[in-house]
Amino acid sequence: MHFLEGLAPELVVFVLAGLVCIVGALGVVLNANPVHAALSLVATLFGVAVLFLAQEANFLAAVQIIVYAGAIVVLFLFVLMLLGIDRAEDLSVDALGGGQRLAACILGVGILALPLLAFASTGGEATGARPPATAANAITKTTPDIAQLGESLFTTYLFAFEVTSVLLVIAVVGAVVLARKVKRADYVEDPLTSPPSEVPT
Amino acid sequence: MIAIAQVTPVWYLVLASVVFAIGAVGLLVRRNPLVMFMCVELMLNAVTLTFVTFSRMLNDVNGQTVVVFVLVVAAAEVVVGLGIIVALLRKQPSATADDLTVLKG
Repeated sequence: MHFLEGLAPELVVFVLAGLVCIVGALGVVLNANPVHAALSLVATLFGVAVLFLAQEANFLAAVQIIVYAGAIVVLFLFVLMLLGIDRAEDLSVDALGGGQRLAACILGVGILALPLLAFASTGGEATGARPPATAANAITKTTPDIAQLGESLFTTYLFAFEVTSVLLVIAVVGAVVLARKVKRADYVEDPLTSPPSEVPT
Repeated sequence: MIAIAQVTPVWYLVLASVVFAIGAVGLLVRRNPLVMFMCVELMLNAVTLTFVTFSRMLNDVNGQTVVVFVLVVAAAEVVVGLGIIVALLRKQPSATADDLTVLKG
């Protein structure tokens, strides 16, 4: 690894994690097989977690791996396998006869150009008020980020935190209502395991 | 030897913009509802990266608090969205986003 000597460690970490992010993101968009797309998504999520670590957001990096890579992508793969739709998709189909891709690419370049122009115009500096060094929400080297995050979450944003719990309950109930089978006209009971009963309609 | 380049926070913002743009294009181009959903996750992740970067630039931990909320909302969104996709694909296993025109009023 002698060719990496003389480089700032943050630069090496940034370039490698950034490459993983972009390659993974392109993999999500360009892979015909949804399973491969989901695995590419893991690469991007992992790269973002590394970039969180590089910016000293240690707790969020751990949560990123656990929640996103560990739960959300597994949920995606679970649905893919459950429904048996893990086949390659025909990518040559274009709904508008080629116009859709062109329009999407133009829009993508526009979406990319807008923040780049904004960064160029401000010289890469964030505008906004910095908290005084003694404020509870000012990042310090001495307090761990998880302690500060917890204090912020359970004091300043306590109401928002409680509302997210309501949101999660609503999401769970909504998912159950959406995904369960209500009508089963073609329902056939297994005569070996259960006594014959009325077919629910 | 190669000159030592300093990584400034704006590099992270540029990277996040690139990932966001890729996700946005993917959302518009892909027709499989599950892959479209993954592209939404890409965009959400790009935004969380900018939040963490701004939190570092402004030396304010509240930017990281917002990321926690984004995570919770993303989890809720995935659960409900996948519920809809399961209900849709169970009825028609090869359904694409184009087939959702049946929802037209």
